Amino acid sequence: MCTNIIENAAVAGSGKGADGWFTLSGANVSYDHPYHAPLEYALNIDFVNEAAGPAARVAVELTAESARRLVDAILVALDRGALAEAGA
Amino acid sequence: MPVNQYTTDTMESLRAETVLIKGDAGDQIRAFVARPSGDGPYPGMLLIHHAPGWDDWYKEATLRFARRGYVAISPNLYERNGHGTPEDVAAAVRSAGGVADTQVVGDCQGAIDYLRAQPSLNGKVGVIGTCSGGRHTMLVASLATGITAAANLWGGGVVMKPEELTEKRPVAPIDYTDRLNVPLLGLFGNDDSSPSPDQVNTHEEALKKAGKNYEFHRYDGAGHGFFYYDRPMYRQEQAVDGWKKVWDFFGRQLS
Repeated sequence: MCTNIIENAAVAGSGKGADGWFTLSGANVSYDHPYHAPLEYALNIDFVNEAAGPAARVAVELTAESARRLVDAILVALDRGALAEAGA
Repeated sequence: MPVNQYTTDTMESLRAETVLIKGDAGDQIRAFVARPSGDGPYPGMLLIHHAPGWDDWYKEATLRFARRGYVAISPNLYERNGHGTPEDVAAAVRSAGGVADTQVVGDCQGAIDYLRAQPSLNGKVGVIGTCSGGRHTMLVASLATGITAAANLWGGGVVMKPEELTEKRPVAPIDYTDRLNVPLLGLFGNDDSSPSPDQVNTHEEALKKAGKNYEFHRYDGAGHGFFYYDRPMYRQEQAVDGWKKVWDFFGRQLS
């Protein structure tokens, strides 16, 4: 959009959209104008399945600070999960 | 100028509909068209939608121009990216890095040609766009044919660094300044970061240096998108004055 800041990641898993669960193919991460969050710019993540059309989307729009907290939380959870699976 | 442009004894009649027009490369695309029901002659207006898509705000703005006596058209620049809610389609476009500049200019040329084929047209066509549509307005005003005047409202990315150029956006619109041969109106918020006040100044310098006919208005207390009444960036005082400048500019240029 206006900033053109977009990062695309291939992801595997499922997302729950307006029509229920669907298989994910990607996560599109942008820093740009949000649709709903009351911000000029937001960190937007769209979990999508592009083959299923534009409506196959789970969207979040986060403040920059909360997006960084989310990143930290994901990394911590992944590290704990790895430890748990290793039986540590 | 009064806030309302009509008197209460006016008997209004509009026609508004979605039509199919020929876009870039001959592709069929949708466009929302609104016009007074009379025979005219009326000026034409091309509205280039913003990055959030072919949405309610743009359709309502198209109706607004029709109520002011314009044959107005707003093409769906995201036609090739599938259909769904405007935000879902716009998100798909965002993930693809936007739409190509050449395709936008081609689609807009199709919309201009559609306007020019209307028997009620007075022979003059304006173009207006906000946000990415403001940037696209600069491209259309420089590269398309059949335009009489243009209004760029807070278009980001008119001034671009070399590293910001992409396959889809290969040329900074400011580099087409020499090819801009219609009067230009620019409205900008001084709290905006895209375009920043410095970028607006750079654009103005280029226009001045090239001897172009332009008028820029900058608003304190406003950032990006200060016309958007459905967003927190709406600024009532600046938006009312900005619309007044839009009506005044096109009233002078297209009558």
